[in-house]
Amino acid sequence: MNDDPTFIIPVGPVHPALKEPIQLVLTVDGERIVGVDVKCSQVHRGIEWLGMNRNNPIQSIYLSERVCGICNVCHPYCMVMAVEEAAGIEVPERADYIRTIVAELERIHSHLLWAGVAAHEIGFDTVFHYTWALREEIMDTIEYVTGNRVTKAIMMIGGVRRDITTERAERIKKATAYYLENFQKIADIFLHDKSIKMRTRNVGILTKEDALKLCAVGPVARASGVPKDVRQDAPYGAYAELDMKAITPDMYNGEIVGDVYDRIIVRLLEVKQSVELINAALDNMPSGEIVAEKNLVKLLAMLKRADGEGIGRVEAPRGEDIHYVRLEKGKEPFMSWKIRAPTYNNVLPWIPMLLGGEIADVPIVAASTDPCMSCLNRVTVVDESRNREFALTKEMMHEMSIRKTRRLMRND
Amino acid sequence: MSMLTEVWKLMLKRPFTNRFPAKYAPKNVHGFIRRVQAGKAKLVPPIPPPPDFRGRITYEVDKCIGCGLCIRVCPTKAIEFRVLPSEKPAEGEKPKPPKKKVKIYISRCCFCSQCVDICPKDCLHMSDEFLLANENKLAEELIEK
Repeated sequence: MNDDPTFIIPVGPVHPALKEPIQLVLTVDGERIVGVDVKCSQVHRGIEWLGMNRNNPIQSIYLSERVCGICNVCHPYCMVMAVEEAAGIEVPERADYIRTIVAELERIHSHLLWAGVAAHEIGFDTVFHYTWALREEIMDTIEYVTGNRVTKAIMMIGGVRRDITTERAERIKKATAYYLENFQKIADIFLHDKSIKMRTRNVGILTKEDALKLCAVGPVARASGVPKDVRQDAPYGAYAELDMKAITPDMYNGEIVGDVYDRIIVRLLEVKQSVELINAALDNMPSGEIVAEKNLVKLLAMLKRADGEGIGRVEAPRGEDIHYVRLEKGKEPFMSWKIRAPTYNNVLPWIPMLLGGEIADVPIVAASTDPCMSCLNRVTVVDESRNREFALTKEMMHEMSIRKTRRLMRND
Repeated sequence: MSMLTEVWKLMLKRPFTNRFPAKYAPKNVHGFIRRVQAGKAKLVPPIPPPPDFRGRITYEVDKCIGCGLCIRVCPTKAIEFRVLPSEKPAEGEKPKPPKKKVKIYISRCCFCSQCVDICPKDCLHMSDEFLLANENKLAEELIEK
């Protein structure tokens, strides 16, 4: 018989709704996690292949928009930046401002979405619905400004496709005023509520050294005290003119722990920062053209003649996003296209975060890096020493998570 | 605790979402739809979409010259080229060249409106119709031609 008291719990691996399919193999001793292994790259959607073989660059913009359902501005933004660098296209200044505003609108919506999901993962569904009701205002604004709630289709090589007219600017101003008004409420709920604090303080800690060593990006790195932000370090769009500074949790309460609570602080403060950036961008927006080449037939011909390579770097809501594009003369599709999405970097930090934690903390710790959570749908617990196997579904894990909240509430 | 006061306040507010199409849940949905079609019952309308909303595409077939630029930029390959059979020439006239038009499969459309931007004759537009669900993706009403 096997004397080893540990169990192995595989989480994942494949779910079509995931941006990046992931399998987590947890070794547990009772409730404690003593070993974590992450296995990625199990599903390939062939987006880059389509861009290199089937599509012309204009078609690829809308394909890159569908790399991720939530980050559907930063991926095309990144791609058009790379293509512009490769083909040597100058973007008008007004287009840069419009891109910045739309990217920040997306950040607000993504962070509020995340905050709701995080509340749901710890079993606090009232806050989940409340946050998503607040998020509706930004979704309506996005629909008014870009024409659709989710896929905005606003990026074009050399500029943007829709101008922010006076009415649209007024609509955005109304939304930013709404968020400045309601920010204190949502910050109170998330940062001062006892049950949220109990479940997130000192859970899933990522130290600064680990964050640097594992190349964490975005809010995950910033919550560990690494002031890393592409908008600050390599400004693109209009960020150089807007005073932009990376947010770390010590700005709020003067200490950096690097736990889930700190990630909540960073994301909530970023919502406020985005609102301020949008207001500043709207006030300073210059007038002028919104796209470098209006004639799309000419633009396609120009891109076919172009020869060169370019890199786009954009701070997506989840971290740094990179697209590499190489154009070849006489060939319409890209010669090479490589996407590196931020979750790729934020997966390895799961290992130090989960080590020493409990199984009931897996949902909130994994959610705190903001990946897609659908992978938790199929979890199988294998008890090797007793030779039996049983499935642990997402619902069961969610139930365990809720039970832990209740237990903590009782003991307190 | 801070959430509790918010919850009480929210109970007095109107719902954030679209209202249910009928005032009271009908006993028989098909019967209700027939009554609506006959003009006897009214639907609660959904919240209207904003101006410049990108909904179902409309195609003015007479203006189209069949240049095929929309086919070139469509990211989902939802547009198909088609050649209409040429009309029979009148006595003593030269035969006319066949008409070139396009056919749009709405079920494949991703509503990016790129074809609207590139159309040189302005014959494509985005309407504000968004209720497009159908059991058959090749249904007649989901093909614009």
